[in-house]
Amino acid sequence: MTDWFNNLTPNEQFAIFSLLKIVIAVFAVVLPMVAYSVVAERRISAWIQDRVGPNRVGPFGLLQPAADGLKFILKEDFTPAYARKVYFWLAPAVAMVPALVTLAVIPFGSKLGSQQAVIADLNVGILFTFGIVSLSVYGIVLAGYASNSKYPFLGGIRSSAQMISYEIAMGMSVVPVFMLVGDLNLSAVIDYQKSGAWLILKQPIAFVIFLVAAFAETNRLPFDMPEAESELVGGYHTEYSSMKFALFFLGEYAAMIAVSAMMVVLFLGGWTLPFAGLNAPAESLGMGLLQVGIFIGKLLLFMGLFIWVRWMLPRFRYDQLMDIGWKRFVPLALANIVVTAIYLYLTHGK
Amino acid sequence: MLQTVRLPRVDRTLEVQTILLFADAATPTPYAQYLLLAVMAVMAVGFACGPLILSAILAPRKPNDIKQSTFECGLESKGDPWVQFNVQYYLYALAFVIFDIEVVFIYPWAVAFTGLSFGAFLAMGVFILLLAEGLIYLWIKGVLTWK
Repeated sequence: MTDWFNNLTPNEQFAIFSLLKIVIAVFAVVLPMVAYSVVAERRISAWIQDRVGPNRVGPFGLLQPAADGLKFILKEDFTPAYARKVYFWLAPAVAMVPALVTLAVIPFGSKLGSQQAVIADLNVGILFTFGIVSLSVYGIVLAGYASNSKYPFLGGIRSSAQMISYEIAMGMSVVPVFMLVGDLNLSAVIDYQKSGAWLILKQPIAFVIFLVAAFAETNRLPFDMPEAESELVGGYHTEYSSMKFALFFLGEYAAMIAVSAMMVVLFLGGWTLPFAGLNAPAESLGMGLLQVGIFIGKLLLFMGLFIWVRWMLPRFRYDQLMDIGWKRFVPLALANIVVTAIYLYLTHGK
Repeated sequence: MLQTVRLPRVDRTLEVQTILLFADAATPTPYAQYLLLAVMAVMAVGFACGPLILSAILAPRKPNDIKQSTFECGLESKGDPWVQFNVQYYLYALAFVIFDIEVVFIYPWAVAFTGLSFGAFLAMGVFILLLAEGLIYLWIKGVLTWK
């Protein structure tokens, strides 16, 4: 086996490793992470509200995702008679895909053996990410349109306005980061933070704007306007049931994972820790896996934050939500760009 | 008197460029990365469609009028689902188009920033001021205030 592998050309090894990375990342890392973040959400919410939570399936309720998955597949799928069938089917898939594709450009570790620990090391990483993230609004808008029903329609309209508004704040907030780094490649961003000078320390305002915009982009409380159970029943997925509903649900968690991964890379130094030689590219496979572990650990911190905030804060009113986006964060992000530009010009300018 | 100006003839035979996935025996080109991205996209689509197809095959189907009716909190749905909605949504969308495009212009400038001359710094300062001016204009006009 090893002989056969060593006899392959480096290019063939690269191809095999790359495909392996994709398969492992999707089925062994992202899928369980999405499934278990749902369980974590339910357990943590139960804990915060002093309830028991799901604890019946398997030890500590750990087999809950399997039970849920089976149930989603076997339940009857209602399709409203007046729905636009093609779009009605398309919407859940469209909601799921962008989050997964975003993960492709995230460097989740330094090196595994001789291969880089990133699925596709694009030199325009962040542009690609923003391009794909803005696609996620289509799933929700399509769902609202296809359902041909009042509540989903209102939910879809609301969410499109909300998501595009916060996309601007999000896009502007990272500009100072790239002024400092001087590269759009996400691996270069991590390289810049290797020494422990994490960008959360250098650009705290950018981080705060990005974090809040991340909540709005993933439609999480306190910005879950598109769903708003008390006003819109279920919002854009009111008419959905069975597996189609599950895809929306899982898509939301996948989007949370993707945006957390972006925050880890942009502001928390990615796979690095500023001690014990963990900030240099790994020499051995064990070290490489440890750095992947560090990355996932940081990511879980953000997932925990997402869940915690959901059960701590009430929902904003729609006018407040738009006001914060346009009248606070956009001017703040602009000011942050100008201040960073002037500072950088004075210290590094020609 | 008008003279005919002869433009130099441009050779328009298409040069067919092969896209190389590998520069040499051991170095993949950027195109290889885009190919991997495409593979990832296909995986993601499969990841989304697989469960849908599975449930379409396995799930029972017993439709009836009540199940298929439009949701309306237990009442019969009245009127057109295409309710009139606030024009404000459109205004936000228009503002979004303007700002999103301008943000895309800022990106290359930000990346090249530390190597730029004073002229470029000033030019971009003016551009950002225009952006700010647009925002202030919208603000004063009340476009950003939800009514």
